[in-house]
Amino acid sequence: MSDTRRLVKGNEALAIGAVHGGCECFFGYPITPQNEVPELLSSLMPAHGRVFLQAESEVASINMIYGAAAAGKRAMSSSSSPGISLMMEGLSYIAGAELPCVLINVMRGGPGLGNIAASQSDYFQATKGGGHGDYRCICLAPWNVQEMYEHTRIAFDLADRYRVPVFVLADAVLGSMMEPADIPEQPPPIQPIEKPWATVGLNGRSKHNIVNSLYLEPEVLSDHNEKLQVCYRKITAQEQRFDTRLTEDAEYLLVAYGISARVAYSAAKLARAEGIRVGLFRPVTCWPYPSEALRKIMSRAKGTLVFELSAGQMLEDARLAAPGDHPVAFFGKMGGVLPTPAQVADEIRKFVEGLHG
Amino acid sequence: MAETLTNADVECVFERPHALIDRPHHYCPGCSHGIYHRLVAEMLDEFGLTDHTVGICPVGCSVLAYDYFVVDMIEASHGRAPAVATGVKRALPDAFVFTYQGDGDLASIGMSETVHAAARGENITVFFVNNGIYGMTGGQMAPTTLPGQKTTTSPKGREVGGMGHPIDMCKLLQSLPGVAFLARVPLSAPKHLKTARKYMRKAVQAQLEKKGFAMVEVLAACPVQWHMEPMAALRHVDENVAKVFPPGVFVDRVSAGSEERPAAGGGDGGVVRTETERQ
Repeated sequence: MSDTRRLVKGNEALAIGAVHGGCECFFGYPITPQNEVPELLSSLMPAHGRVFLQAESEVASINMIYGAAAAGKRAMSSSSSPGISLMMEGLSYIAGAELPCVLINVMRGGPGLGNIAASQSDYFQATKGGGHGDYRCICLAPWNVQEMYEHTRIAFDLADRYRVPVFVLADAVLGSMMEPADIPEQPPPIQPIEKPWATVGLNGRSKHNIVNSLYLEPEVLSDHNEKLQVCYRKITAQEQRFDTRLTEDAEYLLVAYGISARVAYSAAKLARAEGIRVGLFRPVTCWPYPSEALRKIMSRAKGTLVFELSAGQMLEDARLAAPGDHPVAFFGKMGGVLPTPAQVADEIRKFVEGLHG
Repeated sequence: MAETLTNADVECVFERPHALIDRPHHYCPGCSHGIYHRLVAEMLDEFGLTDHTVGICPVGCSVLAYDYFVVDMIEASHGRAPAVATGVKRALPDAFVFTYQGDGDLASIGMSETVHAAARGENITVFFVNNGIYGMTGGQMAPTTLPGQKTTTSPKGREVGGMGHPIDMCKLLQSLPGVAFLARVPLSAPKHLKTARKYMRKAVQAQLEKKGFAMVEVLAACPVQWHMEPMAALRHVDENVAKVFPPGVFVDRVSAGSEERPAAGGGDGGVVRTETERQ
């Protein structure tokens, strides 16, 4: 047993991941089910000589991030669905101004106030916009406490490398569950990225830096958007991440991410015990979506069942990835209802029977 | 034959502040923004702050102010400049951080950010332009529009019964212990500019002494959206606006004498490192 092994709660692993990722400024507003994140960081950040500030609202939080990121610092906030909605205008400005930052969404049930149970109904918001304008955010989807730590840690590197916002898309179960995870006492060294564009004061520089998303001339704004799209294409080419389980001999595929993938993996094993050869494809980046990898695996299988805690959001990306006549079906639960592996295994059986009906 | 003068023979008595870029402004004739920009630039010059400053200009007529100051600048979303400034100042405690905000921005959509930055005693300096109207969007009613004032969204004049009363930001913020300096001055006549400079020095000094939130509100003219001649607009500031928003100092926890012009060169670049406890 390694000495880095510890029993830790998802939200706490995430907070440690932020510190180990070199987060220099945290701004946030309380909301369930992610409160352990700011609670832990309120001690950890000052202990490391870094900034922690409880903002007056999520609107203020995201704009404090805008300021700290403009000043060249690694900045983040953590929130949950309704709070993330409040940040969308600011996020659009951050994307428009090409600022790096990290946003955690420990998703809960919606729409509206919804509830505080686990849900995955903010997939569209995280991967397809949410705020106004043509922008994208890298979106990492952890499925266990280990990845709550890892994804948050690496999110800062990704944000700095591409100058884009990075989402860590978790949910109420991942945030609240405890399980063993390998978390080192000392984080791996951080490779600082030069930020000559940052507004830090001239300090002898001859020309002033401007952080801005305003381009009044249509041609100039068009060029700016083209530049952003070039960056997004580069990310799409370089950063697709995924995980596969039991897919070597799989006749059928389950596609799920985050907490759903945990349930789906158990369900796949149950189905296999009944002789149904099911494999799991798990997008680790929801944007960029690992379309090509999924297409390849789908082309070897007879059909795919997408499982999400939503009405079918990631389903759209799975369908876009599917080759021509590959059947893609959906099973989802909303409102914070988390099906058991047995229930998902039932759905697999029904799906397979339907295919051969 | 006339004597030839060289530059060495001529004393320069008035020039553009170095912190202001030599470029035509986009502001309308008679608008007060040009004067206020100059005063802000004068402060940056006087205190030797241009090398250490980050300025934040949110949405409003002054959204393009990043094109006019030589310092590093951030354009912010509508109302959020104090939050952005908070992020910058917390990230860079030794930088001089100012916001430059209009009344719609600061007192309407950004009221929450303004009040909470002040409540936290955030070490930022806010230059507030109150002209009682949304100029950029075409003359709509603002939180500081006077009772009875006609705007494009109060065509029969502001009815306080249904449209609310104008908000006096200085009075509203006065109760907060985080506020180090708070003053209001009209920009309607040359004599007031001296007072404005005095207040602005205090508002800069408040931040340099790490005493907390500082704000100078100027009563500005918007002749175009007020549908007035420039001179009439200035008289309107004195005769009507200043009645509703009385000028003066509302809070002053800054060291005595700091309203005086600082020594040339600004000493150590304006970065005061000694901690001074708030009274």
